[in-house]
Amino acid sequence: MGRYFGKRIGQAVIVLFLISLFTYLLTYLMPGDPVYAMLGGDITQEQYDIAYEQMNLGAPVWLRYLTWLGGFLTGDWGNSFKYSQPVTELIVRRLPVTMYLGIWSILISTVAGIVLGVVCGTHRGKAADSFVITLANLGAVMPAFWLAILGMYVFSLKLGWLPTHGFQMPTEGLAASIKMSILPVAALSVGSIGSTTRQMRSSMLDVIRQDYIRTARAKGLKESRVIWGHALRNAVLPVVTLTGMSFRTIVAGAVSIEQVFNIAGMGSLLINSILSKDVAVVQACIMIIAVVVVISNLVVDVCYGIVDPRIRIE
Amino acid sequence: MAHYLEVEDLHVSFYSGDTVSYAVDGVSYYVDPGEIVCFVGESGSGKSVTQLAALQLLPIPPAKIEKGSVRLGGKELLQYRSDSVEMRAIRGGEIGMIFQEPMTSLNPVKTIGKQLMESIILHMKCSTDTARKRSIELLRQVGISDPEKRLKEFPHQFSGGMRQRIMIAIAMASAPKIIIADEPTTALDVTTQAQILDLLTSIARKNNTALILITHNLGIVARYAERIYVMYAGNVIESGLSRDIFRNPVHPYTKGLLQAVPRLDDNHTKLVPIDGTPPSPGKRLPGCQFANRCPYATEECEKPQGLKLIEKEHFCSCQQAPRAVSCAPEKNTSDGVYEKEYEFEEKVLEVSDLKVVYPVKKGLLNRTVGKTIILDGISFDIHKGETLGLVGESGCGKTTVARGILKLIEGTHGSVRMNGEEILPMKEREFRPRRKNIQMIFQDPFSSLDPRKTVGELVGEPLLIHHLVADKDEYDRRVDRLFSLVGLDPSLKNRVAHEFSGGQRQRVGIARALAADPDIIICDEPISALDVSIQAQIIILLEDLQKKLQLTYLFIAHDLAVVKHISHRVAVMYLGNIVEIADSEELYRNAKHPYTKALLNAVPIPDPVVEQARDRKILRGEVPSVINRPIGCPFYDRCEFATEKCKNQKPELKWDENGSGVACFLY
Repeated sequence: MGRYFGKRIGQAVIVLFLISLFTYLLTYLMPGDPVYAMLGGDITQEQYDIAYEQMNLGAPVWLRYLTWLGGFLTGDWGNSFKYSQPVTELIVRRLPVTMYLGIWSILISTVAGIVLGVVCGTHRGKAADSFVITLANLGAVMPAFWLAILGMYVFSLKLGWLPTHGFQMPTEGLAASIKMSILPVAALSVGSIGSTTRQMRSSMLDVIRQDYIRTARAKGLKESRVIWGHALRNAVLPVVTLTGMSFRTIVAGAVSIEQVFNIAGMGSLLINSILSKDVAVVQACIMIIAVVVVISNLVVDVCYGIVDPRIRIE
Repeated sequence: MAHYLEVEDLHVSFYSGDTVSYAVDGVSYYVDPGEIVCFVGESGSGKSVTQLAALQLLPIPPAKIEKGSVRLGGKELLQYRSDSVEMRAIRGGEIGMIFQEPMTSLNPVKTIGKQLMESIILHMKCSTDTARKRSIELLRQVGISDPEKRLKEFPHQFSGGMRQRIMIAIAMASAPKIIIADEPTTALDVTTQAQILDLLTSIARKNNTALILITHNLGIVARYAERIYVMYAGNVIESGLSRDIFRNPVHPYTKGLLQAVPRLDDNHTKLVPIDGTPPSPGKRLPGCQFANRCPYATEECEKPQGLKLIEKEHFCSCQQAPRAVSCAPEKNTSDGVYEKEYEFEEKVLEVSDLKVVYPVKKGLLNRTVGKTIILDGISFDIHKGETLGLVGESGCGKTTVARGILKLIEGTHGSVRMNGEEILPMKEREFRPRRKNIQMIFQDPFSSLDPRKTVGELVGEPLLIHHLVADKDEYDRRVDRLFSLVGLDPSLKNRVAHEFSGGQRQRVGIARALAADPDIIICDEPISALDVSIQAQIIILLEDLQKKLQLTYLFIAHDLAVVKHISHRVAVMYLGNIVEIADSEELYRNAKHPYTKALLNAVPIPDPVVEQARDRKILRGEVPSVINRPIGCPFYDRCEFATEKCKNQKPELKWDENGSGVACFLY
C-alpha cells in the first residue's frame, strides 16, 4: 500500500509540474504582445518600458518561469489588473464560498445517489424503480440554471420562503446562511444525484447477479444484510470514480448558478478573468483547479484501495 | 418411512417476456442423513435449478415454483417466503451449499475470516471469539495451513482449490445435516478435483452429513455416489443405487451417456454418440423428452411418462424399458482390441527446445528486471496422419505451445520446423502464405466465431484469403462440401453463429479449420465447452475426418480420458515442461513419471466396481507458480520419490528404443 501510494504521489507531482509549465506558457501562447495583453493597447512607450522591465521580459523564458513558479509556491500570485489587487486576496475571498457550496452538493448527491441507486437496483422493474429512475433521468438532463431559476421563482418569488440572491458563510449568521444555501446547493446537486443514481443502479444490478451474492443468500443472511453488507461495497466502486470527477466543481464553481443567485464565487471569477485577459488570475485559477483534480484523483485511488483489497495488494 | 429431505413433484418455470421455459418438470427425490446422492445430467437438465428451488435461492421473477412440495424433517418449506426467518435458518443452518465457481463465489472485498465467522455467528448464535475459534478449527479441517493468519486474508490471495476448501468450511460452519455441492470441481484441475472431493466426502461421512453432489461427470458419480438421480430436460429419468445403474442402465439416455464417454480403461473402443440435441425448455415434447434422440422411440413415447420400478429402489421413466432396451450394458472392452498398427514416417512438425520467456518489467520506466519462463524447452515431433495429445493441468503451458507454434506470441526461442522448413525466425509477411498449412480449432465455440458474419462467410474466408478458389462457383461448391464434411446441412450457411447449438458451432469451427486444406490442425480443448453427449459427436467427427483426409492433429486437452482415446501418442506437460511422452496405450498401462501416475490415478473411471478396486493415492500440494519455478525437477516439491538430486538438477527428457520419453531421474 505504501509503495503504491508513493508511486501515485510521484506521478501526481510530475503532472502538476507539466500543468504549471503550460499554464505559464499560456501568457505567451496568447496572441499579441504580453505587455499589451497585460495592460491593454492604450499605453505610452514609457509605461510599456516600465511594464516590460517589471515583467522581466528581457530574461530568458525558463528563468521567468522559475521566478513565477517560486512566487506561486510562496504565495505571491501576482496582481490582477482588472480588480487592481493581489490575486491571493481575490481567491481567499471567493474560494471558500465555492468550496462550501460544492462540498455540500457532493455530499448530498453522493449519499442520495447511492441510496436511491440501491433501492432501484434491488427493486428492478417495480414501481419504486420506475418512479425513481424517471426522476433521475429528468434530473440528469435538466440544465442546472433552469432549475435554479425555477426554484427561485417558486420558493423565493411566489412563496417568499427563501432569499432570491446573495450568499454568506455560516459564521456570519447560521439561519441566513442556510436559507441562502438551500437553492444553490439544490440546483448544483440535482444533476449529479441523477447521474449517481443511474450509475449506482446499473452497478448494483450487475453485482446482485454475482456468485458471491448467491453464496451470501445460501448462508441464510437477511436480504438487507446481503445488500448492504455484501453487495454495496462491490457496487460502489464506479460511484467513487464518478464522485472523484465531480470534485473539480468544488473549486471551479458553476458559473450559471453563481450568475443566477448573484454569488461571488470562483466560476464567475474565472470567466470574467478569461474574458478580460486577466492573465495572473487565470493562471492562479488553473493551478488551483489542477491541484484539486490531482488530489481528488489521488483520493479516489486511495478509496479504491480501501474498498477493494485486490488493488491494495498489487 | 419419512425421509429427512423429501421433494415431491417439483415444477419450476422461467418467465421472460411472453415465453415460458419449463426448467424442472415434476421432479421428486429424497435424501437421508449421511448418504451421498448424485444428480447427474447435462447442462440445462435442471439438476441445479431443482436444488436451488428447494432452497428458494432462485431469483423470483424470472423463476417461479409452479407446484410441488419440499419437506425437511417433516416440515413443508414451500409455505415459507424466501426471505422468511424459517427459510433463512434452513439455508446455511440445516443445508449448506457449495457452488461451481470458487473464483467468484466468495466476496472479493471481505476477508475469508469475516465471511466464515458471519455464517457461524448467524446460525450458532455465539460470540465473535467463539466464532473465530471455530473458524480456525474449520479451516484446519479443510486443510488450510496456518489458519490463524489466513483468516485475515482476502479471497484473491488463495488459489481456486483453496477457495473451494474455504467454501466447504463455510458450508460446514453450522454443522448442517445436508450439503449441496453444485459441480464443486468442474472449474478445477483433475488432481485438485480429487483432493476436494475426497475432503468433502470424508468430512460428510465423519459428521454424518448427507451430501448432494451435482455433476455431469460420470466418473465422479461412479467414484463417490451411493444413490443416483439421472436428469434429462427437467425430468428425473432414472434413479437408483449407483452400482445398480452402472451395472444395469435401463433408460436409453443413461445407456447412451455411458457409451458416449471415453474411459481411461477402454481400448480405444469407438464411442457411440447420442445424436441430436435436447429439446429447448421453451418447446418441450409431449411425452418422453428423449424421444427425438432415442433409437427405440415409438408412438407410445408421446404419452406422458411416469417413473416405473425396475428392481429394488431402481426406477426408470422409459416405458419401453424392459422390452425394447436390452438390459445388459454392452461390455466396452469386448468390442475388439484396438490395433496398434500404425506406422508414421513423414514428419510434418518438429518442435525442439521450444522456449517461451516473458520479461518481467518494473517501475515507472518499465525496466526489464527479470524473466518468467513459461515454456522451458519443449521437444516433440508429429508425423503425417498422427494425433499427438498434449495433456496437463491449467497453467502448464499447453495453449502456449499452440500459440508458439502458430507464431502468435512474442518471446519464443528454439526451433519449430514445419514440413522441414524452420518457421520460428520467419517474419510475419514471409510466414503468412504458410499459415494455411497449420490451422486451429478453438476451445470456446461461442466466442471464437464472429457473431456478425454468416457461418458460410466464416468457413469460406480462408479460401479467399489464401486465393484457393478461382471463381464464385468454385467457392460455393467448396463451402458446401466443407459443410457436408462436418455433418452440417449446407443450406444453413446463411445463418449466423448464435442460431446454432454449441456442438454445431464447433462443427463450423472445424469446417473453417479444414477450409484451407491444412497439413496440421491444432485442436485446443475443442470439446471441453460442450456437453457430454455432444463431446462424443465431435470426437467421432474428428476421428472420421482424420481417416478420410489423412489429417494430422495436435490435440490439446486437460481431460486425460479424452486425450488417451483420440491420440496415438500423448505428451504430458507440467509447469512448462514435457515430463513424459509415449504411445497412449503404453502411457496408460506403464506410466513412468510420478506426475503421470498421479494424474492417471486422479481421473475417475465411470464404473463403481473398477473405482472401488483401485488403489487410490491423492497427489498433495498445488502446482507451483511459474514465477517461483523450482530449480531442479519442476515436480520436485510434490513427488514422493524426490531426492536431493531432484531438488538441484533438472532431469532431461530421455528417450528409449520405443520412442517414449520420460524426464525423471528414476529411469
